Amino acid sequence: MRAALINFAYLVAATLFVLGFKGLSSPRTAVRANMIGALGMLIAVVATLLDRGIVSYGVILAGLGAGSAIGAVLALNIRMTAMPQMVALLNGFGGGASVLVAGSALLGALALGQALPYQSSVATAASGIIGAVTFWGSLVAYAKLQELVPGRPQAFPGQQILNGGLRLVSLLLGAWLVREPHATGLYWGLVIVASVLGVTSVLPIGGADMPVVICLLNSYSGLAACATGFVLNNNGLIIAGSLVGASGIILSQIMCKAMNRSLANVLFGGLGAEVATGPLADEVYAGKVKAASPQEIAMVMETARRVVIVPGYGMAVSQAQHAVRDLARLLESRGTEVEFGIHPVAGRMPGHMNVLLAEANIPYEKVKEMSEINPSFEQTDVALVIGANDVVNPSARTDPKSPIAGMPILDVDKAKTVVVIKRSLSPGFAGIPNPLFAADHTLMLFDDGKKAVLDLTAALKEAT
Amino acid sequence: MEAFAVTLTVFVLAMFVGFEVITKVPPTLHTPLMSGSNAISGITIIGAILLAGLDLTALTTTLAFVAVVFATINVVGGFLVTHRMLEMFKRK
Repeated sequence: MRAALINFAYLVAATLFVLGFKGLSSPRTAVRANMIGALGMLIAVVATLLDRGIVSYGVILAGLGAGSAIGAVLALNIRMTAMPQMVALLNGFGGGASVLVAGSALLGALALGQALPYQSSVATAASGIIGAVTFWGSLVAYAKLQELVPGRPQAFPGQQILNGGLRLVSLLLGAWLVREPHATGLYWGLVIVASVLGVTSVLPIGGADMPVVICLLNSYSGLAACATGFVLNNNGLIIAGSLVGASGIILSQIMCKAMNRSLANVLFGGLGAEVATGPLADEVYAGKVKAASPQEIAMVMETARRVVIVPGYGMAVSQAQHAVRDLARLLESRGTEVEFGIHPVAGRMPGHMNVLLAEANIPYEKVKEMSEINPSFEQTDVALVIGANDVVNPSARTDPKSPIAGMPILDVDKAKTVVVIKRSLSPGFAGIPNPLFAADHTLMLFDDGKKAVLDLTAALKEAT
Repeated sequence: MEAFAVTLTVFVLAMFVGFEVITKVPPTLHTPLMSGSNAISGITIIGAILLAGLDLTALTTTLAFVAVVFATINVVGGFLVTHRMLEMFKRK
């Protein structure tokens, strides 16, 4: 009876998770949706604590206490610009937990002398592999995003063969474990091989592809939880895990589409690792780039009726979001219409720019998706690009040989005047020059994102 | 095998529900979606709790303890950071 009650509680928790995801369909209901999800988790945890199998609570409470403290400190102190790292780290913990739970369950079953059905041993192997890849892959992603290791793709010869070999070995160890579940050494061997695989799979992937990698690891962390659910025969884990797995897969697909690349290409291609072909930077830029002062740009903006601001990763790096809001408000107070255009892969994770603009109190109605904002550039007087490069590169439309050919871009070049704030002419992650910077109607403001926006705001105030 | 068929059914149906619900989340909220779903993937916490409470051997308990810590960081950190972000979207 008690077991049935616990299972009912899991059903309630799973329902709340689904309702929580559903509520994320609008910013208005989202805060409550997140609380509904958290409530579901609380119910699941409390129900589990009532399980008859539990004989000692000390260890559990110590673990819950320590984890809550660490989690709360992390969550309350992280800067919004560092959100991709945070998500990567949390993914990793989820994957790590799955590895440990499956390992502990395996050892526990053997200690109790229980026979392991195929379902358990297959799922144990799956938890070990997916969990270890998630844990180490996420730590590498974290290190890259935090710039502890270089963000550029770290390619080495024979890498694909090595990764393929590691994948094969981990699967073989998994199959062996299924045949001989009593050889627990096999489990740890499999975890070690999968750990190496996690590191060597993410290391070659460049910073600009991080959104896809994080989404994928997100999905893995869910699938690892699912696999653990199959180990423990627990529907709560399976349902919650598959929801997360689905979410990660959908987001990875959206990201890939926004880069016009396949998932395989992102994972194995290493954009920016190969030498870019096509026109050299000197040919594109020579004598055509017009650098302007904040005062000159303020004069153009003064008369603008409509301004579209396009933020990229550079805005996050220089923490310019609050300065950008002040500029937008100043423009609006002068009667200029201001909107924001966001490319799906701007920043280092899906929706990263939206979070930063929300942090600066910019109403989300003014922040438009690519498909929504693109038709309006022709009626836009000034497109202000802050720290974005590849996502506004018209070569994607015009040059079929370009590495980014066919990638959907924000059509800022169709605005009457384009202002680009950027530290230098250095290429973006695709490693190619951007003809936009050399266009007749483009003005470059070479400076740090935040300083440039502050200078621009000051110049515009003076002009008034 | 019968039990497996049931759990597999649950898995497949839950995947479909996931796809249906999550495609309706607007791009604006994709970051909170990720951190929130992250928190939910910390559901492994219930497996960790079960094993930590069994008190079988020193090794299983130690592994499970670390798993409880990891999963709790995932759950608490995930929900809190999502809450922080969503609060910013709410205010005008």
